[in-house]
Amino acid sequence: MASLIIAESAIFTIFVVAYLFYIGKSVTGPTPSQVLETPVFFTICLLSSSITMHFAAKSLERGRQVAFLRLWASTIVLGGLFLFGTGQEWYRLIYEHGLTISTNLFGTTYYSLVGLHAFHVTAGLLMLSLVLIFTLVGRLDESESGRIGVLAMYWHFVDAVWVVVFTVVYIVGR
Amino acid sequence: MSTNAIAIESLRSAGRPWIETLHDWVTTVDHKRLGILYIGYGLCYLVVAGIEALIIRIQLMQAHNHFVSPQVFNRMFTMHGTTMIFFVVMPILFGFANYLVPLMIGTRDMAFPRLNAFSFWVTAFGGLLLYFSFFGGNGLYGAGTAPDVGWWAYAPLTAKAFSPGHSSDYWTVALLVSGFGSVGTAINIIATVLCMRCPGMHLGRMPLLAWMNLVMSGMVLITITPLTAAQLMLLVDRYLGGHFFDTQAGGSATLWMHFFWIFGHPEVYILILPAFAFISEIVPVFSRRPIFGYPVMVGATIFIGFVSMSVWAHHIFTIGMNSYANSFFTITSMTVGIPTGIKIFNWLGTMWGGRIQFKTAMLFCLGFLFQFLIAGLTGIMLASSPFNWQLNNSYFVVAHFHYVIVGGILFGLFAAFYYWYPKFTGRMLSERIGKLHFWFFLVGFHLTFDVMHIPGILGMPRRIYTYEPARGWETLNLIVTIGSFIQAIAILLFVCNLVISYWRGASAGNDPWDAWTLEWSVSSPPPAYNFATIPVVASRRPLWDQKHPEDPDSRYE
Repeated sequence: MASLIIAESAIFTIFVVAYLFYIGKSVTGPTPSQVLETPVFFTICLLSSSITMHFAAKSLERGRQVAFLRLWASTIVLGGLFLFGTGQEWYRLIYEHGLTISTNLFGTTYYSLVGLHAFHVTAGLLMLSLVLIFTLVGRLDESESGRIGVLAMYWHFVDAVWVVVFTVVYIVGR
Repeated sequence: MSTNAIAIESLRSAGRPWIETLHDWVTTVDHKRLGILYIGYGLCYLVVAGIEALIIRIQLMQAHNHFVSPQVFNRMFTMHGTTMIFFVVMPILFGFANYLVPLMIGTRDMAFPRLNAFSFWVTAFGGLLLYFSFFGGNGLYGAGTAPDVGWWAYAPLTAKAFSPGHSSDYWTVALLVSGFGSVGTAINIIATVLCMRCPGMHLGRMPLLAWMNLVMSGMVLITITPLTAAQLMLLVDRYLGGHFFDTQAGGSATLWMHFFWIFGHPEVYILILPAFAFISEIVPVFSRRPIFGYPVMVGATIFIGFVSMSVWAHHIFTIGMNSYANSFFTITSMTVGIPTGIKIFNWLGTMWGGRIQFKTAMLFCLGFLFQFLIAGLTGIMLASSPFNWQLNNSYFVVAHFHYVIVGGILFGLFAAFYYWYPKFTGRMLSERIGKLHFWFFLVGFHLTFDVMHIPGILGMPRRIYTYEPARGWETLNLIVTIGSFIQAIAILLFVCNLVISYWRGASAGNDPWDAWTLEWSVSSPPPAYNFATIPVVASRRPLWDQKHPEDPDSRYE
């Protein structure tokens, strides 16, 4: 998983570089400063999901199944909230501001960078939900904590990427 | 993970229905079988891409030749380049890594056998997809069949306006999926090397082949993925109307060049490191001396891995960067010469004073050393940016990188085939046909690629489908074409050797070369489980210790 994360980081790096390179190069509007709003609440959701994930993995190690289930479910909810936030933002951009992936360079780079991240969140949520189902049918115990640790690593990575994307898109990019 | 992958394989009995054998091969997760699948797959494409090269050469044999149309010519050089890099050299190198790394580090399989099978099949279907473009590339527009944008696929050639139909998409998607396969295999090799070495084999005792494949895999992780990202952007451009590489909407064609070469240059080192690995294993055995300067060798490999990441822009000096960028990339590119020079001296140091046995494998190693040196020297010429402005995109560059890829990598691969074929099949390759193969290939190679430098200096650009007579290029091009046919004969001899020796070759026994690494301690071909008991090693040459208990290496380490 560490290797996979290195490989994924390289993919994200290229997209981030493209985003940074194209800041302010759009020939037509809308520009980021006109349309983007900083998604503070949903960012907090995603970042705190890392914390719940961490404690979930810890409680599984100690064999506390119920605590694990609760923390795990809240991780999924927080991640889902974040995805909802992204969806809401995209809806607003598309229907209110008419910004799509083919409108201008900002649209192209914004949707592909944030979309790539959202895709990773979605993939993570699917795996998380799978684990939740296994837990509910009682097929998960401490012996699996190694695998849960690997999944947790992926989730923390996705969160860390969001910190970078957030900085690039909402702070530097405006 | 690995324990449930060890299927207890029944002995190959004559009466087994072929469908069962086929089923075994298709569903296998055994690293040795997957290795052979990789290699066989790569060899098939070697023949295909070789034929494409011959078509290119026939077309350029004389001025104003009409052997193929300009369109077909464009497709041929695109497919030749793409196939050779992604579907010949990479699979064969991965095949050898797959087969040899677990055997050399004394384990029973790769860390993730199923991921291994997945990686192979993804790569395999990537190749099929690329070639399906000959049938499916027309798309709705009836324009173009195979990709014809060059293997760099520079923007804006790949834009919808200039590449209608689906030919470029086949190229994109084929490389995308085979890239996933490469990353999967790289993860597998890293996990195997780091976590599954047998007792006693710490990193300092690991065979150099395992070391170099470890570094190569690390490079795959961070260099194949930029290509993946760039391909995703290209797909966004072509299908979702994005503007990444669309200059009319403010996008940049130069950005694609940077992204492509961030992948493209380290890729060369991904390909050459395993060739270094073969040479580092074969030269000591046939010089009857341990490798000279093992720690320096490892250090130089890692150094190459790092430096090669920061040299990509020497491919695009001519697009006009500022003088700081030019100097930076000139200096870093020349820096690569230092660790490679160290390696060449180490191989020479290994041979120095040794009792050299001129087996075919060793001959190919010697050819490698000589040719790789020359390739390095023309490389230093091209690394200097003013000189590069004169020669970039000429046949000089084509000659230079074929010197690396054919003279270096392919010679290393042939050496590996002659050296490890007995282990793979239990039969020796014929030395007689082997020597014939070597000399034909050597003569053909030098006739083709030595001479090719000259039209480059005279100003012949690459990728032109024909040229004016009376420029002084004709005789030279004819010689180049003749050389390429001699190489084709050599390849034919090689394929014959592989096939004939499989049935008629002398029996190899466990250890035909009196070698020192663990793969020679098991039977040829090795059993499905590799080692009945996991070996314990005490030095860099475990088999030497076993054969010479009175004077083991472990005493000196």
